[in-house]
Amino acid sequence: MSYLRVASRQLASSRQPFVRAGTGAIAQRSWNRGYASEVKIGGFEGQKQGNGNYLVSLIEGDGIGPEISQSVKDIYSAANVPIDWEPIDVTPVLVDGKTAIPQPAIDSIKRNLVALKGPLATPIGKGHVSLNLTLRRTFNLFANVRPCKSIVGYKTPYDGVDTVLIRENTEGEYSGIEHHVVDGVVQSIKLITREASERVLKYAFQYANAVGKQKVRVVHKATIMKQSDGLFLEIGKELSKEYPEIQFDYELLDNTCLNMVTDPTPYNDKVLVMPNLYGDILSDMCAGLIGGLGLTPSGNIGDKCSIFEAVHGSAPDIAGKALANPTALLFSSIMMLQHMGLNEHATKIQKAIFDTLAEGKYLTGDLGGSAKTHEYAQAIIDKL
Amino acid sequence: MISRRALQTALRSGVRPQVAAVPTVAARTYATVPTTVNEDLLKPTKYGGKYVVTLIPGDGIGIETADAVRTVFKADNVPVEFEQIDVSGLEEGKKNADVLFKECIASLKRNKVGLKGIVYTPVDRTGHASFNVALRQELDIYASVVLIKNIPGLQTRHQNVDFCLIRENTEGEYSGLEHQSVPGVVESLKIITRAKSERIARFAFNFAKANGRKKVTVIHKANIMKLGDGLFRSTFQRVAEEYPSLITNDLIVDNASMQAVSKPQQFDVLVMPNLYGGILSNIGAGLVGGPGVVPGCNMGREHAVFEPGCRHVGLDIKGQGRANPTAMLLSGAMMLRHLGLDQHAGRISQAVYNVIAEGKVKTHDMHGTNSTGEFTNEVLRKMDELA
Repeated sequence: MSYLRVASRQLASSRQPFVRAGTGAIAQRSWNRGYASEVKIGGFEGQKQGNGNYLVSLIEGDGIGPEISQSVKDIYSAANVPIDWEPIDVTPVLVDGKTAIPQPAIDSIKRNLVALKGPLATPIGKGHVSLNLTLRRTFNLFANVRPCKSIVGYKTPYDGVDTVLIRENTEGEYSGIEHHVVDGVVQSIKLITREASERVLKYAFQYANAVGKQKVRVVHKATIMKQSDGLFLEIGKELSKEYPEIQFDYELLDNTCLNMVTDPTPYNDKVLVMPNLYGDILSDMCAGLIGGLGLTPSGNIGDKCSIFEAVHGSAPDIAGKALANPTALLFSSIMMLQHMGLNEHATKIQKAIFDTLAEGKYLTGDLGGSAKTHEYAQAIIDKL
Repeated sequence: MISRRALQTALRSGVRPQVAAVPTVAARTYATVPTTVNEDLLKPTKYGGKYVVTLIPGDGIGIETADAVRTVFKADNVPVEFEQIDVSGLEEGKKNADVLFKECIASLKRNKVGLKGIVYTPVDRTGHASFNVALRQELDIYASVVLIKNIPGLQTRHQNVDFCLIRENTEGEYSGLEHQSVPGVVESLKIITRAKSERIARFAFNFAKANGRKKVTVIHKANIMKLGDGLFRSTFQRVAEEYPSLITNDLIVDNASMQAVSKPQQFDVLVMPNLYGGILSNIGAGLVGGPGVVPGCNMGREHAVFEPGCRHVGLDIKGQGRANPTAMLLSGAMMLRHLGLDQHAGRISQAVYNVIAEGKVKTHDMHGTNSTGEFTNEVLRKMDELA
């Protein structure tokens, strides 16, 4: 089980980056230029409450959200994690004709600085900005961190996958700037700025240091998009000089796709960082390598607040039947614990999850088992 | 952005589906990859009993794999005369690249058919568009066809993979329109037009029908790029109504990528804008054995250029004799079928498949140790057996 050992080593060393970065104001101002390289980006600054527990905002989500959130709550209370949950409702409201998150929810996350989120159903229809996008914008969640690790006990064509991908989350192809030039001709604008690129690249270097990966690789398509991807790549090269301990290189998107599908293991020692769309596509592809979005966590890192979430759908068809698999939300919560510096708890719970999956006695339907959601959660609790 | 010809083509094809411009890929056997042409428009004239075809070896492994094609064509007495142009994206070319590019265009316009490797695109030369992209835009070869199919004898992680990628080749993210608004802020324009979206959708449907395929899936990101990809998807859906015999659906590109590496067997014909085609053709190549074994072509209204489907230059293994010539040979076979030289095409592709199926001679990408030349010689031997 060497990969578990690797996991715990990473967990142990992941405390480092999250030492407090001074006040948020300083941290924020420092994006602009020439920040001292010790300034940490996206660190957790939350404080314990009077009872010794952290308060964490919990967005249970739609569909299967409440069930899988319950599993997390059960397991956390059994593991005595010093966390109290503050449930919040993010059902969108329209403010001045724009989709917005209710103010109490915003206040809660701003107060707690950290949130865990289940799947949300994006209403289909015109004029609705997806809630995920709204959350990203509201809290300026600039980096999306997507680790993917093979699960022993769930066989796919790929073994030993252990990739980490960091995606720029605020601009690029998702700028939302589009217009009809004339009827039948549409321009969509991909926006790349130095500011946002520097921030996410810097975070990637710091993250690599934190989790003990020695290499950072930029994935780009600067052969075609010479200016936009060119700028992103150029900033990566500049910043790499500030991190001499990390090996830096870059790879054309085409090659990354090809090589990862052929053999993903050479990517195990690297942190991949890339603009928005490529990150979206590649992170889901990596999830596909190990068995899908039901098994992969996701963390959205912001200047001050961070939101950890399950990125799978809300599966309304199986909602309320206790068939859902809470693994993705659980793994996301583990990322959250690491982000908060609660590494011992993270390691303990993660091991219990991996052991339960490897044992294979209490798997949910999507993994080929027949256990109910709560039976799977109970099996994890028994392993703690 | 849209040439007059492109619009005319689209308008014409709007009235009447251009079945003729669609390559016919036999439904099952990979051996018969290819194309039939029923329309004289697309069929170049013979000179002295031979077709003249533009050959652009390109950079990297281009010379080696083009040599393999020459050798094999010669051995089979294929009535094709190559007009070779050595354009290069590397700085070492003796002749000015712009002059060579013009030569390429002129040659392809004259011959109407070309076989090409990949020309290297440097990252750090600003203001210079990719030669490959410029060529496709200049000739308006708008549809890239890539066949992703397991080859018997070549073991990969996935089995029973068999799908076709149809990729819009001339606009989208590859428009080449970029600018820096203020220092540190860059905008790249992605252009999607109804005319080109309709043209590629129609091509995909005709392709599916001509090749006995059942399902056409449009790949998009319309949940984010609501106008751009939205137009691509809605145009596809509108055209789909004219093809009631085909099943159609749509898939978001990130989901498609995930499905491709977990359940690629569900795909049949996929149609998509430019960039997603680049991504999925690479994922697809990874599924079936790499860029060395995936053939492809670029079809336009008047021109057809055949090139390896997963467009890799292979600079790292240049000149080492390690390249796998399969992709180029099969692309060459596709070209022969396009020219109506079915017997030659059949023999050559069958010989290539026989070599792979036997598995005695394997290049490095197939976990073997044989050189490009040894592989080619084995293909020649197998052709003798078939003759």
